[in-house]
Amino acid sequence: MPKINNPMLKRRIEALKKGWYKFSKNPVSVVGLFFVLAVAFIAAFAPYIAPYPQHAGRFVNFAEASQPPSWKHLCGTDVFGRDILSRIFFGFRYSLMMGVVVLLLVVPPGVVLGLIAGYYRGTWIDTVIMRITDVFLAVPPLILALAVCSVLTPSVFNAMMAVSLMWWPWYTRLVYGLASSLRNEFFVQAAEVAGASRAHILFREILPNCVSSIFTKMSLDMGWVILIGSSLSFVGLGAQPPTPDLGTMVADGAKYLPNQWWIAIFPALAIMITVLGFNLIGDGFRDLFALEET
Amino acid sequence: MSILKFLGKRLVLSIFVLFGLSLLIFTISRVLPGDPVRMALGPRAPEWAVENMRAQMHLDKPLYAQYYYWLSEALHGDLGQSLFTRRPVVQDIKEFLPATLELALFAGVIMALFGILLGAVAGRYSNTWIDNSVRIFSYVGVVTPSFVFAILFLLLFGYILRWFPTAGRLSPGIVRPPVITGMVTLDSLLTGHFAALGDALWHMVLPAVSLALGGMAQEARITRSTISDNLRKDYIASAKGFGVPEWLVTLKYLLKPSLIPTVSILGLDFASLLGNAFLVELIFNWPGFSRYGINAMLRKDLNAVAAVVMVLGVVFIIVNILVDLIVAWLDPRIRLGAERGK
Repeated sequence: MPKINNPMLKRRIEALKKGWYKFSKNPVSVVGLFFVLAVAFIAAFAPYIAPYPQHAGRFVNFAEASQPPSWKHLCGTDVFGRDILSRIFFGFRYSLMMGVVVLLLVVPPGVVLGLIAGYYRGTWIDTVIMRITDVFLAVPPLILALAVCSVLTPSVFNAMMAVSLMWWPWYTRLVYGLASSLRNEFFVQAAEVAGASRAHILFREILPNCVSSIFTKMSLDMGWVILIGSSLSFVGLGAQPPTPDLGTMVADGAKYLPNQWWIAIFPALAIMITVLGFNLIGDGFRDLFALEET
Repeated sequence: MSILKFLGKRLVLSIFVLFGLSLLIFTISRVLPGDPVRMALGPRAPEWAVENMRAQMHLDKPLYAQYYYWLSEALHGDLGQSLFTRRPVVQDIKEFLPATLELALFAGVIMALFGILLGAVAGRYSNTWIDNSVRIFSYVGVVTPSFVFAILFLLLFGYILRWFPTAGRLSPGIVRPPVITGMVTLDSLLTGHFAALGDALWHMVLPAVSLALGGMAQEARITRSTISDNLRKDYIASAKGFGVPEWLVTLKYLLKPSLIPTVSILGLDFASLLGNAFLVELIFNWPGFSRYGINAMLRKDLNAVAAVVMVLGVVFIIVNILVDLIVAWLDPRIRLGAERGK
């Protein structure tokens, strides 16, 4: 390993190592990490590990329609005779893509706006940012996303754009609440008196104290976004058949409950396991940061 | 800042928010591909009828003029005609909104009450079996989509065990009390129809619990983490050191400041509850505003979609103001900060 001379970088790396050590000592977060890695692995290699990869798309085999779980089809088959396990493997791809793309688009602007509005609480900057946020928050995100999707052609891509457009205010509002409380703390006032720049105060004094909450929220949100995506597909405004989307699969299967329970239950379980993985990791982060704080 | 001044300021700001929302929803609803009038009248309607209706709805004018007409009519209490039910949208809202408000409020109370209670107990007794059970419960609550809860409850408690009714607001044999507020529970309470009250509550249990569980789990999680954090704070130790009774420490010094993050999120959780009502009302065949809204969206019913979004906006602004009032009461620093920042 090359020798690192930069003392700042060295400290960072050591902090990361320490963090990973503590994270890995927490059974909850390790289990979560395992779920997420497993889902990510399956999603990445779905065409190679799915028992019937051709069943993910347009495929019909009425001879094997609506079969209960067996050794041949571990999760049974749907009304078109498609292997449900294979479709779930491909479904993970759409769920993960939904969560990752939406959060990547949403977190940076949401957090920065929240920091600025919180720091300048009571001024016109606060008013402008938070009133725009309020316009988007004035209606539940699922409803605006539904409205946007109903206007656009229903597809996975449009569903992601619609959810992203409605999601950033959640972060602005969360960070705003934290920042407006933190800006009255002594360490912020000390930095102000010492003549620190605004950027330093926002990103080096206030932001680090919000990180644990932001991470907890992101872990939950990975799940929420996946849930909202599946809700859009459930109504028919997201992914379209024959796309193997987990929400669409639950909606299709719900028609055949309770007799052919496996058609809806296994995709529902797949959604829950994915979301659970991210939640457990988030809990791991939270415990980690709580340790750092004391 | 006095409460009245705060309220006045918020009301003025709310008008701007609603104005912004009207611009947003108008933009969304008018970029529709396809012809909504043609969709409403059907492919066989003659061209002159389509032209007439388009002129009647000002759809033949440029966008800014359309917005002007729409807004000025909306300000006069006329939200246009639903292209689908062919009735004034305002009349539809009056009929459907109370059912959804009733359901959402019931679910909201369940969510806040049990969420905070579970979280507080888990945080106070963190890392015991109580904490672990609440943790498992809240994981299940957070990771399960509300439509999955709705489907499972409908099957299990509605069809298999037959403990609860599966659809609607009242059983067939029950006479609906005279309409005062439109909320069946409140109407029957006001007029003394206690059989109807019980029956209406009975019908609300399954949809309300399906709606509440997600948010409840979220509230419990957040309350638990703040409480177990604050439990380690010095001011709790010093309060105990001064001999303040345990229950007073828990309620006043531990619970009250710990509720700030929970309550800030409560408004947003209520929002996602209203959103999920769009799916849950569909599943339980609840004759409410959300079911009306989702049908309007699926049929591209312009005026109805815009009205549904605007009305939910008004409902949600009221909830947000309440949340802000509670947070300001819980955290005096925020109020002081607001005054100093001016």
